[in-house]
This record gives sequence, structure tokens and C-alpha cells, in this order.
Amino acid sequence: MNWLCVVAGAMIGAPLRHLTDRAVQARLGTLFPWGTFTVNVVGSLVLGVLAGAVTAGAAPEHLELFLGTGLCGALTTYSTFSYETLRLAESGARFSAVANALGSVAAGLGAAFVGVAVAEALWA
Amino acid sequence: MPSETGRPAAADEPVDPDICCVDAERRQSLTRGQGRTVAAVAVGGALGASARYGASLLWPAAADAFPWWTLAVNAAGCAVIGAFMVLITDVWTPHPLLRPFFGTGVLGGFTTFSTYTADIERLVSGGHARTALAYLALTLLVALLAVWGAARTTRRIAAAVRG
Repeated sequence: MNWLCVVAGAMIGAPLRHLTDRAVQARLGTLFPWGTFTVNVVGSLVLGVLAGAVTAGAAPEHLELFLGTGLCGALTTYSTFSYETLRLAESGARFSAVANALGSVAAGLGAAFVGVAVAEALWA
Repeated sequence: MPSETGRPAAADEPVDPDICCVDAERRQSLTRGQGRTVAAVAVGGALGASARYGASLLWPAAADAFPWWTLAVNAAGCAVIGAFMVLITDVWTPHPLLRPFFGTGVLGGFTTFSTYTADIERLVSGGHARTALAYLALTLLVALLAVWGAARTTRRIAAAVRG
């Protein structure tokens, strides 16, 4: 049952990342990987809210596995993030590479803190 | 429901006869192609996330401890994608569903950015700011070194094999 929750979440999260990436890149058409940036920040925000809800005792374990380990885990990615950073650096866009690496971490962390604060305001 | 000619049956056809069939066929082929890609990503994502979940069960981390397993999972996924992308772009032309299945699905589902940021938040809020900072910097460094080193090594091996 626990494993099924993770699988169900991942089967939503991974395609959602793929479709968001396509939609964002088609719309902006830039070299900078805004698609991966977007899913990583949104996933960090949602997992932050969930972590806050878990601490407050407002989220059952199955929801944690479905939404956290499965959906947010598969929605966000470190492998594509690091590969796209490498591609930027190799194509000579060194500033964009550094901006992507540091900007993603800063924005993702900010989103996680905001998410926890939102959950504390809602349930604590 | 398509008829024998491959065109939509009369019941499905819109009112305008000039655009109906072309439009319907185009829409059908678009969704069919994308549907298979999305399905490949979903199945790959489920496999990758299952492997990550399995790793978290094998090596459970205490709330205030350094999240080694997340670091290891992310570093491994970054090394594999570095090698994989070189293989499918420089070495051979793969089946069109391999990249969505393995690169986007399996590796994307295996690695995680949200657990990384959530772990840092938890460490900071728990009063372990130093551990959080070390984890933040070390993951970023190891991940980028892994993808760079794996891509570079794979390119060299590919070049050596080609002669």
C-alpha cells in the first residue's frame, strides 16, 4: 500500500514535469531551462507545505508518501537540473550556468521555507 | 470510432465537412504521439521513484542527521544522466521513447530536488544550520562533478572505441 502511494504519485509527478517543461520552453523559447526551474520551485513549495502539515499532525502517512515521496519527488529533478547546468556551461553560457545552479537552489529553498510557514499558519 | 478508411465515423464528425477529417486526424496523431511519450515518462518515473523510496527504507535517516542517502541518490542519478545523454546524442540513435522513459522518467523520478530543499529547511529549523549548509554545498558540488565527470569519461571512451 505504501509503495502504491509512491507509484501513484510518481505517475502523476513525472508526466507533469515533462508537460510543464514542454509548455514553458515552448512559450519562452529561451536557452535558459525555465521549465526545470519552475517544477523544482513549485515542487519545493508543495513539499514545504506538506512537511509543515506533517509536523502539525495534519497529514496522514499515506498522503505524505503519495504527495511527498511520489508526486513532489518525481515532479522535481536533480539529474536534469545538473545536466542542463552542464550544457549551459559547455555551450559558453557560463553566467547562465552559474545563475541556474545558484538561482534554482535559492528559489527552491525560499519556496520550501514559504511552504512550511504557510502550513504553520494554516494548521499550527 | 474510426471507419475502415481511417476517418472518423459520421457520428463523431463536426458540422463543417471541409475541415473535419483533416483536423480530427491531425488531432488524433498529435495526441497519440504525445500519449506514448507521456506514458513512457509515467512508467519510468514510477520505477525511478520506487528505487528512491526503496533506498530511503534501506538507509533511514534521523531527522537531525546529514541526509546521506538523498545525496547518494542525487549524485548517482546525475552521473548516469551525464553518461546517458552522451550515449544517445554522440554514440547511437536510440528508439524515440528511450529518452522520455529513461532520462525524463527513471532518472527524473529517481533524483529529487524537493527532498533536497525540504531536508535543508528541516535541518535549519532544527538548529543544525552548519549541517544544512554543508549538505547544500556538498550536494550541488558532487552532483555537478558527477554529471560533468560522467559525460567527459563517456565521450573519451566513445572516442577511443571509434579510434
